[in-house]
Order: sequence, then C-alpha cells, then structure tokens
Amino acid sequence: MADLIRFTAAETAAAVASGDVSAVEVAQAHLDRISAVDEKVNAFLHVDTEGALAAARAVDDRRARGEELGPLAGVPLALKDVFTTKGVPTTCGSRILEGWVPPYDATVTRRLKDAGVVILGKTNMDEFAMGSSTENSAYGPTGNPWDLARIPGGSGGGSAAALAAFEAPLAIGTDTGGSIRQPGAVTGTVGVKPTYGSVSRFGLVAFSSSLDQGGPCARTVLDAALLHEAIAGHDPLDSTSVDAPVPPLVEAARRREIRGMRIGVVKEFGGEGYQDGVVQRFQEAVELLRELGAEVVEVSCPSFTLALPAYYLIAPSEASSNLARFDAMRYGLRVGDDGGRSAEEVTALTREAGFGPEVKRRIMLGTYALSSGYYDAYYGSAQKVRTLISRDFDAAFAGVDVLVSPTTPTTAFPIGERADDPMAMYLADLCTIPSNLAGNAAMSVPCGLAPEDNLPVGLQIIAPAMADDRLYRVGGAVEAAFTEKWGHPLLEEAPAL
Amino acid sequence: MSVENLVSFEDALASYDPVMGLEVHVELGTATKMFCGCSTAFGGEPNSQVCPTCLGLPGSLPVVNAVGVESAIKIGLALNCEIAEWCRFARKNYFYPDMPKNFQTSQYDEPIAFNGYLDVEVDGETFRVEIERAHMEEDTGKSSHIGGATGRIHGAEYSLVDYNRAGIPLIEIVTKPITGAGAKAPEVAKAYVAELRELIKALGVSEARMEMGQMRCDVNLSLRPLGQEKFGTRSETKNVNSLRSVERAARFEIQRHAAVLSEGGTIVQETRHFHEEDGSTTSGRIKEEAEDYRYFPEPDLVPIAPSREWVEELRAGLPELPRLRRRRLQQEWELSDKDMQAVLNAGAIDPILETVAAGAPADQARKWWMGELARRANESGTDLSAQPITPAQVARVCALVAEGSLNDKLARQVIEGVLNGEGEPDEVVAKRGLAVVSDDSALGTAVDEAIAANPGVADKIRDGKVAAAGALVGAVMKATRGQADAARVKELILERLGVQG
Repeated sequence: MADLIRFTAAETAAAVASGDVSAVEVAQAHLDRISAVDEKVNAFLHVDTEGALAAARAVDDRRARGEELGPLAGVPLALKDVFTTKGVPTTCGSRILEGWVPPYDATVTRRLKDAGVVILGKTNMDEFAMGSSTENSAYGPTGNPWDLARIPGGSGGGSAAALAAFEAPLAIGTDTGGSIRQPGAVTGTVGVKPTYGSVSRFGLVAFSSSLDQGGPCARTVLDAALLHEAIAGHDPLDSTSVDAPVPPLVEAARRREIRGMRIGVVKEFGGEGYQDGVVQRFQEAVELLRELGAEVVEVSCPSFTLALPAYYLIAPSEASSNLARFDAMRYGLRVGDDGGRSAEEVTALTREAGFGPEVKRRIMLGTYALSSGYYDAYYGSAQKVRTLISRDFDAAFAGVDVLVSPTTPTTAFPIGERADDPMAMYLADLCTIPSNLAGNAAMSVPCGLAPEDNLPVGLQIIAPAMADDRLYRVGGAVEAAFTEKWGHPLLEEAPAL
Repeated sequence: MSVENLVSFEDALASYDPVMGLEVHVELGTATKMFCGCSTAFGGEPNSQVCPTCLGLPGSLPVVNAVGVESAIKIGLALNCEIAEWCRFARKNYFYPDMPKNFQTSQYDEPIAFNGYLDVEVDGETFRVEIERAHMEEDTGKSSHIGGATGRIHGAEYSLVDYNRAGIPLIEIVTKPITGAGAKAPEVAKAYVAELRELIKALGVSEARMEMGQMRCDVNLSLRPLGQEKFGTRSETKNVNSLRSVERAARFEIQRHAAVLSEGGTIVQETRHFHEEDGSTTSGRIKEEAEDYRYFPEPDLVPIAPSREWVEELRAGLPELPRLRRRRLQQEWELSDKDMQAVLNAGAIDPILETVAAGAPADQARKWWMGELARRANESGTDLSAQPITPAQVARVCALVAEGSLNDKLARQVIEGVLNGEGEPDEVVAKRGLAVVSDDSALGTAVDEAIAANPGVADKIRDGKVAAAGALVGAVMKATRGQADAARVKELILERLGVQG
C-alpha cells in the first residue's frame, strides 16, 4: 500500500469507496503520523482517537452494507478548535475554555460527520482566532513544518500545519482577517475564505461576527473544493446564512483553464514592506496567468489602504461584546470562587487569568471604540470605510473576473520575532482583510518558494460574493501549471519531519 | 425600611407640577423564546427550558421569532405608532450573572414602532399619553439570592440563576414625558397601565398578568416648580407590578420629591425599589453617571424590514380595541360613565364578562365583582383578578341566589368560603349548612320565640304599627344566623299576630 498520509482527499475517498483501503486503515495511518510528529509540530490541541476510529468504522460499515458513500467519506480531517464538537473539548486556544465540553455540534461539524468525514481532532490556533502566528495560543505555538522554528501563520496555524505535516489531508479553518489564507500561504497549502454567509457560523465560537467565516483548507485545490461543497449551504440556524445555491466548485476546480478570463492585479498591494522573494514569485504567477490565456490588467482600489485600521476597530468592537459571555458563571474556567467573593470579583479574576494579552488588548480596544462619545468616530467611521472598500471591489469587479495579490507580504517569520510588536503582526493580514470587510470570496494557492529563504509564497485570488467558483477555476489552473512546471507538488520540497 | 418625611399630596401639588415617564415591559405569549426554540411555559423546573442559544453557550446564534415580530407590530399599530420600514436589533452590553451573553439583544436607535399615543380616561376625561417607542428585546434569567435578610443580593450567601426566563420575548413600551396631569398624575399613570394591559390582552399577544411578571412597569417621576418649563431630576422606581402600585408609587414619589425640594434639597437621580407593604420607595442604585451600554447593531441578526403589505394586513386584522369595546359594554350593561369607570378601575371587565359567559346575568356578575370582591381586593391590596375565586364560581353563586337557595347574606358567606379555600360554592353551602330556610315549621318556632321575647313590639304591631315588624324579623334572622327567608318570616309574624300585611 502506498503511503496513505500522502494521498489527496480525492484519492483517499476513491480508495475507500473502491475498497482498496478501509477508512479505519486511513484513520489509523493519520493517527500514527500524529503520534510520530505532532510533539514537534503541535498542530493538535486534542486528538480524538476513539471518535475518529468510530467514524471510520461507520464508513466501512456503510460500504460493507453497499450504501453509497459521499465524495469525502472516510477522509480524515483536522478541525480548528473554534468549532463546537459535541462531547469533544473545544478551547479556542484559550485558558478560559479549558475543560469545556460542548453539548452540541456546530453546523460545520455536523455536515462533516454527515459526509462521512473522519474528524481526527481539534487544531491549535491563536486564542479566539486573534493573531497571525498561532503564538497567541494558551497551549503553546505551532511550528511550521517547513521550518519548525517559524510560525505556521494564524490564527489557523494548527490546521495549516496539520496539512503540511501530512497529519491530515483536509482541515477546517476560520477566516476573520486572513486566518485561513495567510496560514495557507506560509505553509504551502491551499486555503479558502468562502463568501460571507455561505458557510454556517452556527457553532463557530465568535470572534467578530460580521467578519468570521469558516472555510476549507487542503493540500490541493480540488480537495478544497470537495470540502467546501460539503460544508457550504444555507443553514436556518444562522440568520446571516445566505439562502442561495452554492456554485459548482468541484467542477470549476477540475476545469484547469482560464483562457479569456479577465484578471486584475491590485495596485495597492505591493511596494514597501513586501519581501522581495514574495513580490518575485507573485509577478511570476501573474506572468503564468497571462501565459494561460488570461487578460491581466492593473486595477486600483484606493480605499484598501484604510482596511487595516477599519478592521482593528470593527473586529475588536464585536469581540469585546462576543467575549463578554466568558464570565465563569456557566462553563469554562472559574478562578477565585472561595465562597467569600462576589460574582463580579470571580468574573474579573477569571477573565484576568483566563484571557491572554492579545485578547485583553482587543477587548480593551473594542470597549473603547464602542464607548459613548467615541462610537461615531471609531466604530461608525470604520463601518463607512467598509462601505468604501465594498465600492472599490464593485468597481474593480465591473472590469475583471477576479483580483490577484500576494496573500501576505512576507514568508513565515521566526517564532517570537513579532510577538512583542502587534503592529508588525497585524501587517501580515494587510492583503487579506479587505475581503473580510467586503464579505467576498478569496483563496490562497501556493506559487513557489521565495528564493532568499526557500519558504512558501501564496497567491491570493479574490472573487465577488457568491462567485466562489471563480477562485477554484483560477486556482485549479494555476496549481496545475505550477505543478507541471515544478515537476511535483510544492509540498514535496518540504523537509522531512 | 424608612418612610421618609413626606409632604401631603395636596401641598405637593400646590407648589409643583409632576412629570412622568412610564416604561412598561410586556412578556409576549409566544410559544417559544425570542431567539431560539425553547418553550416559554411558566413554572418549569429551573433551567429545564434552555438550549445553547438562550444559555449563551460559545458558538450559539440567535434566530428571530417571527411571531414575536408580528406581536410587536400589532402592539405598535394598536398604539397608533409608525412601524419602521427597516430596523435592527442592537446589543446592550453590561455584565450581570443572569444575562447569559452579558449583553441583551434589544433595539436601540431603530425601534420597530415609534411616535404613537394611547388615550386613557380619568374621571370621564380623556387624557392622551404619547408613546415614544415600542421595541423588541429578550428577558434575562431570574436570580434568587439565598441567605440574605431581604432577598436582595446584598448580604446574600449565594445566588441561584434560573435561565428558563432568559430569551423570553419582551416588548418595551416607553412613553414620552407625561405633563399636564397635575394632581391626576397618579391616576393617569394607573389608567395608562390599565389601558395598555387591556390593549395587550385584546391583541392576544400576552395575558399581561402583572402578578406573574408578564407586565412590569417602571415609574420615572420628577417635579418642577409650577410655571417652570425645565424638567426636574427624576427618580426611576423599578418593577412596580400592579395597577394599584403604579398609582401609589407615583403618589409617594410626588410627596417624597416635594418634601426634599421644599426643604431646599436636591433629588438624586437613582433607581428606587417600591414596597407593596406600605407603598413607599427606597433608594436602589445611584446612577452617578449614565451607564454606558456600548450599543451597536447586532451582527448576528439581519435587519427586520416588515413589508407595507404585511403591516397593513396586520392593521386590518386588529381586534376591537378596548376603548371601543368598553363603550359597547357600557351600553349593553346600561351603566353611567362613573359606574363604568369604577368597573374599569377595579379591573373588573374581564371577570364580569367571564362570569356572564358562565351563565350569570350581567348586573348580578357586576354586583359581586364590584361589591364584595372589589372590597376584599382593595383591603388586601391585590388585583381583582388575583382573588382566589373563578368567574365560574361567582356565576354558580348567582345561580343559587336566582333559584332562591341563597339570599344575599348567605351568598356573601359562600363567597367567603370559596375565597378561604373551602371548595366549590356547592361544597361551601353543604359544609357550612348555608341554605335559605323557608320551611314554616322550622321558622315557626323562631317566630314564636321572637314574639315571646319582645312583647312590647308585638303589641305595637297588634295596634297596627306594621313597620315595627322589622325588629322582630331582625330577631328571627339573628336567631337563624341569617338563613331564614326574610319575606316569609315577616308574613308569619303578621299571621301569628293577626294583622294584615
């Protein structure tokens, strides 16, 4: 049997469906891999060995009974620890939720289970998805499989690292400001932020409700499409869920041609602060798009320069309210409840002990921005910027089918390098944030290694809301062309762990 | 609690003009909560009607209850409000253990209904109370503080929280400042809440039972010297939960404010607690500065945009409104304005209607509810509808009187028995042996004894002073503990003494 952990999700599903391999064997191979390497990588916060094997057995039983299996049945997956899982701990990378076992499944969790996907466990993340390096996890940083001394991106560093370390062929992330795409870029994997509202947020522990969006992470564009189709679609439990059909993503991913497509290069994403090797690989990718028959033009989105400050008002504002519920009354950590202290004191002590510094920083930022007398100047202005950004996108998409940019200005930086410099850390999401503010769809797909450090660079593709299929069409074509050019998938160049 | 120095109500009104603002919370009678599918049934085991959403568990999301929105629009329409074409929910952020998310999903500057009015009648005069807004929100859980002397959190050993109530839909109805009521301010406040309650019930959106907390009132009150335009500093008396209490709270605050102001003091802006026992209020939390709730639009919910067609459909379906219904009933019952007002003030319309529906004549039903029962409600400081007797039981008493089994005096005893928990009217009659005695042989002895004991009176009657017979009838009634048929007693007396009646 070939090395099961190196199968794509599509290959795994086909092998399970044909009976070449059992889902249990696949699950066990991945569990073994996790046992072997995760001490070094720290991609997982919780490995659900029993649950994974039981889910795999159920798939094998269904096959034995002759039932038809879905396109991802028996495929293992790493789930970001921000989605609730009934009976399995969910911490969001925070001390304050240590020991909490949710009594219910997120819609995404339920859809994965229904699809026969085998959930291996929960992955590490920046606390409450606040960060770009996974260093803000209360449970220690995750290493980038390309160089364990470097960050795997964030907040979904655990999910991306699990893919790059071959601990799972599929993962789920959430993208509030780039938390799927930036980790995808710096680990040489594929990450997609679906259109806002197209994947249910029910059971996604909220960081910033108007920006949060769950989405697929994979090693190939086709696998991402298969996973995306499995989790997307209207959910009556999420009022912001879009009640419209998901465009055919798998079909788009398989198309692998982009002749005649119009592609815009965002002028504002480049220049100072961008690593030379990142710019170089990006320009080569643009050249490749031309070679593939696309019409490439430069477009200007002047409001994008306001995106980062607007994001750091809106996201912390919503977070300050969303995280108020962690008060030690009903679940999670409780500190100082000695019988003599008031509820208020216990709440304060628990929040003091249970939240990390970045979470506290954002709660304070948000509380301030929403305060009476400051609301209009901060939260109100930021919402107006959001409108301007949406208009820039609308204007751009009037002339092009998709936009492209580097996913993040640099390759993976060393763990600790930006830990004490929040502004430097925030810049990692410079190119990804506009799509969250506008609610459209975006993907990061590998476009090579930066010559100066041999670390992965990501190409970001942005499509209008509900045109997620365009991401897969372009991404699939780029991936196929690069793989042909390189002679192998990029991840094969990653060092052995 | 200390009842502070008060000035008399009359003296207060001689110098000051009261300004009121009334905030009424109505719990809607929807089957499920505002943002989740949990039951709203009253009285369930604590924390048995909860789910991830109303417990505010991480990851949970709200979904708006369409019936809740419909109810809010109906209330808005009945209050002559404009209905927003587009409005949003907002988060009101503050920490409290009985609030699962530590924010309340409410509405802020975009209420679903605004700019309306409600006409109320006080002493036959119509008074228009202007409505600022009616908005949708969710209730909190219910805290019980154990171990303290007062049941309040201060001094308690520990507290328990029941989240069954958390997420039950509420409509908050806020008046504009009520000015110009003068000495009638307390009555206007009571009449407004009474009228609002009638309206809510007529709409069928809530039973609006104040004693069950389905309708709760905050009374904001300030005084300004007569002739002054600017409002004074207000106090906010929270959770005034009966019609009578609304009136008493307003009255007390007028007297208290006047006492403070007339001594040169200043009113502190604060919340106050109302005490049913003596009608006083005491200081609660002092609002040193306005609490900053950091309102912002609820990002987990999409805006509500009721179509004009739907709004007009709901307007067309509004039931007969209480004022019109009252006018109709007043005609049917042939009551004067004053009598009708008394019925309304006593909260007797529904008990009377239900008693009539159970078979009693309207005048009899009104007699009991407005007489004996209203008197007892007043004495005990409770609402008429809270009396432990049902309209069906009152109707049965009326029937027993009509068939001659009871006279008025006995009927009163039967009602007393029912109120004492002695069972159904027929059981009380049987247990207490309360039946009119008109049997001549039984009455004869009593009549003979009365004549023998009062020879002087008997002589007067024999001399033709028939009116004197009343004294002997009284003696017989006394001897039979009121059970005798008085008319028959008189006949027997005159018969025995050989006088023509």
